[in-house]
Amino acid sequence: MTSNTVPASTVEPGGAAPSGFEGDKGADSVGAAIRGYVDKIRGGDLGALPAVLGIVVLTVLFYALRPDTFLTPLNLTNLLVQSAPIILLAMGLVFVLLLGDIDLSAGVASGVCAAVSAQLLAEAGASWWVAILGALLTGLVIGLATGTLVGLIGIPSFVVTLALFLGLQGVTLRIIGQGGTVPIREPVIRGLTNEYVPVTVGWILAAAVVLVYAALQLNRWRVQRARGLASQPLGIVAARIALIAVVTVVVTAILNADRALSAAVELKGIPYAIPVVVVLLLLLTFLAGRTTFGRHVYAVGGNAEAARRAGINVTRIRILVFGLSSTMAAVSGLVAAARLSSVTPGSGGGNTLLYAVGAAVIGGTSLFGGRGRVRDAVLGGLVIAIIANGLGLLQVAAYLNFIITGGVLLLAATVDALARRRAAAAPR
Amino acid sequence: MSVPQPQDGTPILQLRGVNKSFGAIQVLHGVDLKVYPGQVTALVGDNGAGKSTLIKSIAGIHPIDGGEVLFEGAPVTIAGPRDSAALGIEVVYQDLALADNLDVVQNMFLGRERKRGFLLDEASMEQAARDTLAKLSVRTLKSVRQLVSSLSGGQRQTVAIAKAVLWESKVVILDEPTAALGVAQTRQVLDLVRRLADTGHAVVFISHNMVDVFEVSDRIAALYLGRMAADVPISSLDRTRVVELITTGRSGDLGIEPAAVAEVGI
Repeated sequence: MTSNTVPASTVEPGGAAPSGFEGDKGADSVGAAIRGYVDKIRGGDLGALPAVLGIVVLTVLFYALRPDTFLTPLNLTNLLVQSAPIILLAMGLVFVLLLGDIDLSAGVASGVCAAVSAQLLAEAGASWWVAILGALLTGLVIGLATGTLVGLIGIPSFVVTLALFLGLQGVTLRIIGQGGTVPIREPVIRGLTNEYVPVTVGWILAAAVVLVYAALQLNRWRVQRARGLASQPLGIVAARIALIAVVTVVVTAILNADRALSAAVELKGIPYAIPVVVVLLLLLTFLAGRTTFGRHVYAVGGNAEAARRAGINVTRIRILVFGLSSTMAAVSGLVAAARLSSVTPGSGGGNTLLYAVGAAVIGGTSLFGGRGRVRDAVLGGLVIAIIANGLGLLQVAAYLNFIITGGVLLLAATVDALARRRAAAAPR
Repeated sequence: MSVPQPQDGTPILQLRGVNKSFGAIQVLHGVDLKVYPGQVTALVGDNGAGKSTLIKSIAGIHPIDGGEVLFEGAPVTIAGPRDSAALGIEVVYQDLALADNLDVVQNMFLGRERKRGFLLDEASMEQAARDTLAKLSVRTLKSVRQLVSSLSGGQRQTVAIAKAVLWESKVVILDEPTAALGVAQTRQVLDLVRRLADTGHAVVFISHNMVDVFEVSDRIAALYLGRMAADVPISSLDRTRVVELITTGRSGDLGIEPAAVAEVGI
């Protein structure tokens, strides 16, 4: 009974044998792959495009306005160090946003964790690794508690984290003491942002990153080809490897250039915070894309009911994701504390959270859940850092700084909402 | 190819006198049902006749209160969804339960991903998904790496059915798979339902559409107010008699005894 009425859509043009999946094989040419990418963007899936455009446009803009200072190695190093805490916080938030939840307390949680480690160093005289472990554990506990309230009891994450946003500020205040500032003098933690990888080691690390990336990409392509699976054309894979190589080399070159203001001293090398960001980027990307946990996070964000019926423990996923997010907040808090060499009752407050959420959303992570990648945090974090850094160089009034940064977040959220509508309305 | 098989084989799934109540309301009254491998059994009945309750009982979502379930001739207890899945019974619900933001392969393996060490074994999952779709002669998908959000209703139904088949399932229950589809897409899904049976699966096909039912089914089971009015080869009925069975519970010598109908309160 199938023979007499073959549906029109299964008849292949050119009389080829109708084997199906022609899209998996037809992408052999680079041109077809590029057309596919354009279609994807038209369909509302903008991916990294807005963030990359933002980085380019803002760099050109600030270079035009401040040609003497913006693109100097000193300022670019500053900018990257400035971006590190934002990126680290945003990396954790990406997972929360993937679920369709929000963590408004991530910023102040980073403050609490930094305060814990500062007091462990100052009051208890603990060694650096105890202080770091203390901060990470504090973050984990805060996150697991948040996740339990959201996942197990069922309070909306917005409300739980809004309450914690206020409550945790009180905790920081209690730990640090009214009006106090706890300086961080411990060399290892301070060194995160104030010590630099030796130039040769820096180059070796850069080469290692490029080689490992290239090996992983090429190996995956080889396996896909050998087994006749969906794969990208080799040209696209090679272009992606080349792009990563160029970016890595350029950034390493800038950071390894002598950036001292006086000729008498030498100041060069990659601040240790940068390799920390890169390592976490790789780890979390693997977690999100290549493990069961990551797959289930996407599934819960896309359709929680489908995930539940597939046997996924949605509550467990939620609790773990909030735990991960707040642990990343702890890392972010440590880097921020190292940068300022101190922790104050206001640490992690103010615009910290706004910057991190902005970073994730500008990078392309959806506020509606189910769509986003860890690298979004890096790209969006750079956009935010460029804005903050550039406006600082222009010495704009504080009020304008707030308005502009808030505006950028709104703009990113608008793009996200429109992209979602467009994707929903796309022809099938 | 839809010639009914001889009916003397052992049904893979058999219900005997199944009762199910929700509180004081008895929804299923001593329901008997036989489902044979390689055949499509259409489960028909008016709204509220108990079709959904019946399949949810088989799926273990609403465990039965009384009666017997035999699987491959042996009595079994289905106390939860895991029990039915372990037996090889898969249900495709009307809302499909697919995650829009994942691709076809990811959806088909959702919750049962294959791993190599810590990492997902994407290559082997893609291969298996492809093989399953090919076995069902699905030719309408452009790519198995397409996001489900970009699929049409018929393609989604196809993916949901293929997902059920992937697990070496023996019984596949489809809850109104053609309800929201257009003509061409209904065609695709009906072809797929037929192929499921031809590849040896026992298929239970719920539908309100008599044209669809008569086109793909080998047997027909009609529920009337929680009782099985008839469970017979489709060749012994015509459309008028099926409609009679659905609306009155009786047709000629087939159906529920008038006394029993009276007892239900009609």
